[in-house]
Amino acid sequence: MTDKTLFIGSTVALPKPELDLLLADLRKNDYQTVGPHMQDESIVYTKIEGLKDLPRGILSEQNPAFYRMLQTGKDRYFDFIPANQSWKQFLFPPRHTLFSASKEGKWQLKENAEPAPRYALIGVRACELAAINIQDKIFLREDFSDPIYRSRREGLFILAVNCLDPDATCFCVSMGTGPRHTAGFDLCLTELDEVFLVEVGSELGRSMLAERTYDLPSAFVQNAANQAMDRATRSMGRTMDTRDLPELLTTHLDADRWNVVSKRCLSCTNCTLVCPTCFCWDAVDQADILGKSTRRERVWDSCFNPNYSFVVGGNTRPNIRSRYRQWLTHKLGTWKVQFDVLGCVGCGRCITWCPAGIDITEEVAAIRAEVNS
Amino acid sequence: MTTTLIDTAAHSAGHNDKLLLPHWAEIVKIIPEAEGVSTFHFRFTDPTVQNRYRFEPGQFNMLYVPGYGEAAISMSSDLETAGGLLVHTIRHIGNVTRATSRLKVGDVVGIRGPFGTSWPLEAIEGMDVVIACGGIGLPPLRGAIYRIIRNRARYGKITLLYGARMPKDLMFPAEYEAWQKADIDMQVTVDRGDDTWTGRVGVVPMWFYHFRVDPHKTAVLTCGPEIMMRFVIYEALARRIPSDQIYVSLERNMKCGQGACGHCQQGPYFICKDGPVFPFKALENIFNVEEY
Repeated sequence: MTDKTLFIGSTVALPKPELDLLLADLRKNDYQTVGPHMQDESIVYTKIEGLKDLPRGILSEQNPAFYRMLQTGKDRYFDFIPANQSWKQFLFPPRHTLFSASKEGKWQLKENAEPAPRYALIGVRACELAAINIQDKIFLREDFSDPIYRSRREGLFILAVNCLDPDATCFCVSMGTGPRHTAGFDLCLTELDEVFLVEVGSELGRSMLAERTYDLPSAFVQNAANQAMDRATRSMGRTMDTRDLPELLTTHLDADRWNVVSKRCLSCTNCTLVCPTCFCWDAVDQADILGKSTRRERVWDSCFNPNYSFVVGGNTRPNIRSRYRQWLTHKLGTWKVQFDVLGCVGCGRCITWCPAGIDITEEVAAIRAEVNS
Repeated sequence: MTTTLIDTAAHSAGHNDKLLLPHWAEIVKIIPEAEGVSTFHFRFTDPTVQNRYRFEPGQFNMLYVPGYGEAAISMSSDLETAGGLLVHTIRHIGNVTRATSRLKVGDVVGIRGPFGTSWPLEAIEGMDVVIACGGIGLPPLRGAIYRIIRNRARYGKITLLYGARMPKDLMFPAEYEAWQKADIDMQVTVDRGDDTWTGRVGVVPMWFYHFRVDPHKTAVLTCGPEIMMRFVIYEALARRIPSDQIYVSLERNMKCGQGACGHCQQGPYFICKDGPVFPFKALENIFNVEEY
């Protein structure tokens, strides 16, 4: 088979070892390949070099405040769903030096001129790609364009993966984001036991895949993949009723449920850190003790931090009730007004990583029930 | 929603493609105003930046003290009155603003701006204007007062209601006479008088009991503690002043000034970008929600 038969929209069958070579090609093209890797008994997204670094035969079991790794014994690399942290750490780094300033007579500024890394994201789920599209709307607006995000986003290569085995905390079907990819990737894998089905999503993806050895997929293989994806769609662990959500939440700011959930919430910020769409940041000075030089950094922040809403006259959100309410009414309410999309993709991370096991789908259902009662 | 009348990108002191990178500005003058409050006059060290910088009263800058961080501070004058200098009246109460209290003439700070919406000085031409402010809420309105005085004939009756905790906390007392001469009905009140105080004691919203307004042609501009503004709005609405003629300047924690970092959100708004000046009509559903 020659590359002439490959076009955007083509689907081919790629032998699994070929993925190793594809990753090597990406690195030869100056991409840093980052993807899933088993570390400290969870799956993290980090620098990977090839198939050997991927979590082979590993499944994650997730529930509220519960995350365990299971061995499946299968020769699969993308069964786990989803990793503990999202991809936002690569486009929106948790800590980034903006500039440094030093006083030699007068204050001098020195910009951070480090070139942006070029990432190839390996194994992006449909909910995660939806989250990247949401962050695009936040960081790349007409009236504000974040240079740090933009420089990383523009050079991005996305190797997507369709989810076949949703976890108990997944609800992407409710949010309309998954489990199947539709667009926005360079290449998209569907993993079967023997082979990857690869769909071409861009010219860049086509040119990378063209270097590899692949076959036309048999009808049997395509059928198996389609059935697996249909099964995934039907086996979501959770659901969320999104009808009129912004209105429901923003017109019930005095619901009793806010009091109930605030007794469980620890305001620990875990949900906002693992959330693939949460975008709040702070800027802090790291000054030397003599006050002669300083480094200004952009760091992740969270609406659950007491300092987040501090003003001199007092804290505008002085308690956990007001902070949880802000988080949820923003994510599923005012976010829609601001960015014309909800701020939740249904990945379920906030459910898994909440130490108190607070479940966003349960909270929404409870408010809906309270309002309708 | 008020809109900024100028193209901020063309007149601002910030680098659009460089996040949070300020321009240095030198302190030209420092005027002590009251206990813990002083007014700083700044000039950008880069003449190009200085020459193109424009703003409208009500907007703010992010002031950066190296090693401490940034604080959002409103302009307390306008360029015409201040001879092209940037004027900020600062209450030295937070981490950054306390650091500014130790600065001297000749020192530099970083400045980014201007940000946010401005007082609707063109939209309210032809109307009576009630300016209701308390404490450090007067400085963000002083530029508007200067602008109104310069174009005095374009406005009807101007009433300035100003309250402070104590007589010694009153800002800009040396200017009151000039403002009165410009036909501004100036009403000053304090929460607590001292031995020499012969004026009013009480809170700002109560002044509404002392005059009649023509609601259809009256605009209210208010800035001050949120509790004061709440009652100013209440009194104004009670006199049937429409909610889109009442303009409120809100304060929230701000870090970026560009609606990006998330801190200043209240309801659907980023106060730094959609505000700080709002017509109350835009806030009706959120302003009185506790701890929102």
